[in-house]
Amino acid sequence: MSENYVPSSKFGKWFNDRLPLLTLSKHLTDYPTPKNLNYWWTFGGILTFCLISQIITGIVLGMHYVAHADMAFNSIEHIMRDVNYGWLIRYIHSNGASMFFLAVYIHIFRSLFYGSYKSPREIIWILGMLIYLLMMATAFMGYVLPWGQMSFWGATVITNLFSAIPLVGESITNWLWGGFAVDNPTLTRFFSLHYLFPFLILGLVVLHIWALHVPGNNNPVGIDIKKPSKDTVPFHPYITIKDLFALLVFMIIFSGFIFFAPNILGHSDNYIEANPLVTPKHIVPEWYLLPFYAILRSVPDKLGGVILLFASIFILIALPWLDSSKVRSAIFRPVYKIFFWILVIDVLALGYVGAMPAEGLYLLVARVATIYYFAHFLIILPILSRIEKTEPVPLSITEPVLGGMPKTEMIRSDKKNV
Amino acid sequence: MCNTQTKSRTIFLSLIFLLFAFNQAQSEEKIKPLEVDWTFKGITGKFDRASLQRGYQVYTEVCASCHSMNLLSYRNLGEKGGPEFSVDQVKAIAANFEVEDGPNDEGDMFTRPARPSDKFVSPYPNVQAATAANGGAYPPDMSVLVKARKGGSDYIYSVLMGYEEPPQGLELDDGVYYNKYMDGQKIKMSNPLSEGIVSYSDGTNATVSQMAKDVTTFLTWSAEPHLETRHKLGLKVIIFLIIFTILVYLSMRRLWSRIDSEK
Ligand code: HEC
Ligand code: HEM
Repeated sequence: MSENYVPSSKFGKWFNDRLPLLTLSKHLTDYPTPKNLNYWWTFGGILTFCLISQIITGIVLGMHYVAHADMAFNSIEHIMRDVNYGWLIRYIHSNGASMFFLAVYIHIFRSLFYGSYKSPREIIWILGMLIYLLMMATAFMGYVLPWGQMSFWGATVITNLFSAIPLVGESITNWLWGGFAVDNPTLTRFFSLHYLFPFLILGLVVLHIWALHVPGNNNPVGIDIKKPSKDTVPFHPYITIKDLFALLVFMIIFSGFIFFAPNILGHSDNYIEANPLVTPKHIVPEWYLLPFYAILRSVPDKLGGVILLFASIFILIALPWLDSSKVRSAIFRPVYKIFFWILVIDVLALGYVGAMPAEGLYLLVARVATIYYFAHFLIILPILSRIEKTEPVPLSITEPVLGGMPKTEMIRSDKKNV
Repeated sequence: MCNTQTKSRTIFLSLIFLLFAFNQAQSEEKIKPLEVDWTFKGITGKFDRASLQRGYQVYTEVCASCHSMNLLSYRNLGEKGGPEFSVDQVKAIAANFEVEDGPNDEGDMFTRPARPSDKFVSPYPNVQAATAANGGAYPPDMSVLVKARKGGSDYIYSVLMGYEEPPQGLELDDGVYYNKYMDGQKIKMSNPLSEGIVSYSDGTNATVSQMAKDVTTFLTWSAEPHLETRHKLGLKVIIFLIIFTILVYLSMRRLWSRIDSEK
């Protein structure tokens, strides 16, 4: 194992005794990984790619961008028109944000389906949630930078939320703005933080993966496995090539957006320069924040909406303790599986009504879906995890000792997807 | 039961795509714009060079008296992927305009003919002047107008084609016109196009729909000047990725066959 690894070359040994980088890389290549991981497990690698791609394109954009209320909009257009391949860099970055969120949502729902958040992986999960929070903050601030109409009004709506906090709300909002409205000081600090946060995310990702390497990966059948054993394969080359394959497929879709529909995920109003005197008819955030926007607007009271908004995210942090079922994978939890899919539909519905005006039927749907969202985590899961009759789980991946016929096939089908 | 995995996968993917579709459909109660078979549509789309040149003519002879295009320089008219006027044509076009320059050695501002490197000259000194001169409505800058409207090129074309007699009983204020495709069916721009308002130097018949098409093509280019490069590069990138993906897939199968047969 990598702990006792001794580099073959003399220099390698000398270096490794002082800084065990070679031991680390040996650990990473040897890392025993369950052999039945399906493609939902490739999104961790895809996310790493997204993060690095955002950082690299972001740094290049930062070389040409001007963080000033009078110049930001035109500096973006300067990038699009005059900087060599500036349009490409910018479209990678703006669509990259969407692809990043698409991947993270799949990654999170993967964890929900296979119970990856459960013991002993709670810290991985919590680090993941912190990453997700920072991602949302980063994306929100990034969206402000082009200083279009949606940038400006989105920033106004979201920062105004803090004014709902009793007593100190007003001061907090003014502090965030650096003035009495969203203006140049807001833009410059958002740029500064937007540059900083991805590196914080990077740090958290390192911890996330570190924490992952302690218990090792969960897997589709959700059982603990012996490592290394017949149930595992070394990370390299087996998982690296599979991750690469999935990443390439992801990149094909990504390229489809960049080259052939680069503005389809954005809002056309953001090609109108910010104007504090003209309010757009519908102020909508980017698609990946819509479910939360729907939750926010489903409460008639501003403070209540803000509380629910934050609660909807923080409730996920408590998830490992809300769901006490010992069985991880939904494959062996017939009832949980149904509720899982209802939750998926619920969140999609929230996203849909988040894009619609908060009135009439839309508002009703938003309210029902919000209530269901909380009920899923606070009522259904705690009760279900105590009363659900789970199906018998196999003892190992290769030798499904406990399984009757149907289960064996299940595992086979997982393996075939390898 | 045995293919729950594949089934749930299909469901999940279709739901994700539905989400995108829904967002696109954020339907406002508006009339659907006319659909034009633009040459620049689709993954191999290119601009029609002659149409771009005619479009510039419409812009400069008609729209430019009200609408600015602050983000464009005259040199852009000669660049690849655009109208591709020759160097001399661009110089001649620029020289038609006067720009302010200075201060000179005496400290005075002066005017001189524009050069290709200058930005398009605006019809009004500022937004307020433009608004005041147009009965309180600001003629928006046209550089990225196509991307700043839902519906893009189709929408812009439709607005230009959408002037009609207002329906019976609808009272319109002075300076307000009926237009099918505008929000609220009202626009504060009088119909800018009428048959023969420009005479095309290439002899094309200047019908309203021809001019609307040409000027919209021009505006689409101005909003997305690298569209052609983008399409060309995109095709190459995707073909490369597909080939690479297949190769990686095949080596993956090879590699994993050892594990799969181990059982
Ligand atoms: C007499 C001045 C004038 C001329 C000439 C003119 N426009 Fe306009 N245009 C305006 C004004 C004013 C508005 C703002 C209308 C409003 O907000 O209701 C406008 C708005 C528009 C809009 C925006 C519609 C929207 O969705 O907001 C388009 C597109 C447009 N013009 C295209 C053109 C084109 C193309 C030409 C040349 C063929 C042209 N205009 C010529 C004054 C003019
Ligand atoms: C920048 C964003 C992120 C990156 C780069 C990232 C990266 C990774 C990687 C490489 C893995 C291992 C491979 C895999 O299981 O897919 C992983 C596992 C995991 N991630 Fe993330 N992740 C990110 C965000 C998140 C978020 C937002 C969550 C949810 C809160 C999350 C929860 C998990 C969990 C629970 C696991 C363990 C799964 C297992 O053991 O199989 N991650 N992550």
